[in-house]
Amino acid sequence: MIPPPEGAHWVAGAIALLVGLLLIAEVLVGPEVFRRRAWRAYLFPALVLVSSVLLWVITIFSTFSTLHLLAHAVWAQAALLAGAVQLALVRGKLASPMWSLVPAAALFVSGVAFLVHEPNDWLYSRSAFLHHAIGWMLVVSALFPLGQALRPRQIAWRLGFAGTFVLLAVLLFADRDAAPIFGRYGIGGP
Amino acid sequence: MSSDIATSIPRERVRQVVRRPWRPLTIQLLGPLTILGGLVWAVAQPYRIVLLDRDGRGLYDYLFQAPLLAIAVGLVFTFAVAPGLVEDLATTERDDPAA
Repeated sequence: MIPPPEGAHWVAGAIALLVGLLLIAEVLVGPEVFRRRAWRAYLFPALVLVSSVLLWVITIFSTFSTLHLLAHAVWAQAALLAGAVQLALVRGKLASPMWSLVPAAALFVSGVAFLVHEPNDWLYSRSAFLHHAIGWMLVVSALFPLGQALRPRQIAWRLGFAGTFVLLAVLLFADRDAAPIFGRYGIGGP
Repeated sequence: MSSDIATSIPRERVRQVVRRPWRPLTIQLLGPLTILGGLVWAVAQPYRIVLLDRDGRGLYDYLFQAPLLAIAVGLVFTFAVAPGLVEDLATTERDDPAA
């Protein structure tokens, strides 16, 4: 009953899409309005923490490859840390915008893990292409929370952070276990 | 009363209410646009929808197809998140127009 990897990636894409929509909504209405209802305020940290738990489950099943096991463990740990900090920010235990450095580090480490654990070139297969694309996207996207930490009033950082999750969802939805890169166009692939 | 002495009745200062009608509209559109994206995707790649081609497919193939997941996320946002958010936004704008 273990789901195929592409199915797990699509579920992860759905969670990323929901997180992206929530963050876009928060940018549109502002944090004060968004956090007027407690369940909404806690939804983003909760989703990140649930993602972390699911990533740990996937880590357990990633015994077919040491690199996959390590990469998923790194993502799980990064998500756990980022989720915990977000939870503390919502609870009011933490207040400094400099805590945005934690999600910045989480995105950067996650991106590096994507890049390191893909042994093939960009054009080897759809999966290899997406690993490279997601890895570099996350490394670059780490700039958004970094900007939030340094200039918290700039709305562009928050919008960029939200857009990161929507783009991540699109890339995860495009994942296939075995497929040429652009499907019927036959570009790439072994 | 002499008009030299009388002054005009001070008009009640009209509060400059800053309305941003695009914000609730955008919030309300996020979910339906996501659903639309999932529907367009399902039409563009019908082989992803297993109901039409069942041979050798399992439970995960039925439930965890990407277009269906995108539609599900859109539905969750449309019905669980957007209404309360729009309501809270309207309440805040009414209570504090500068918000």
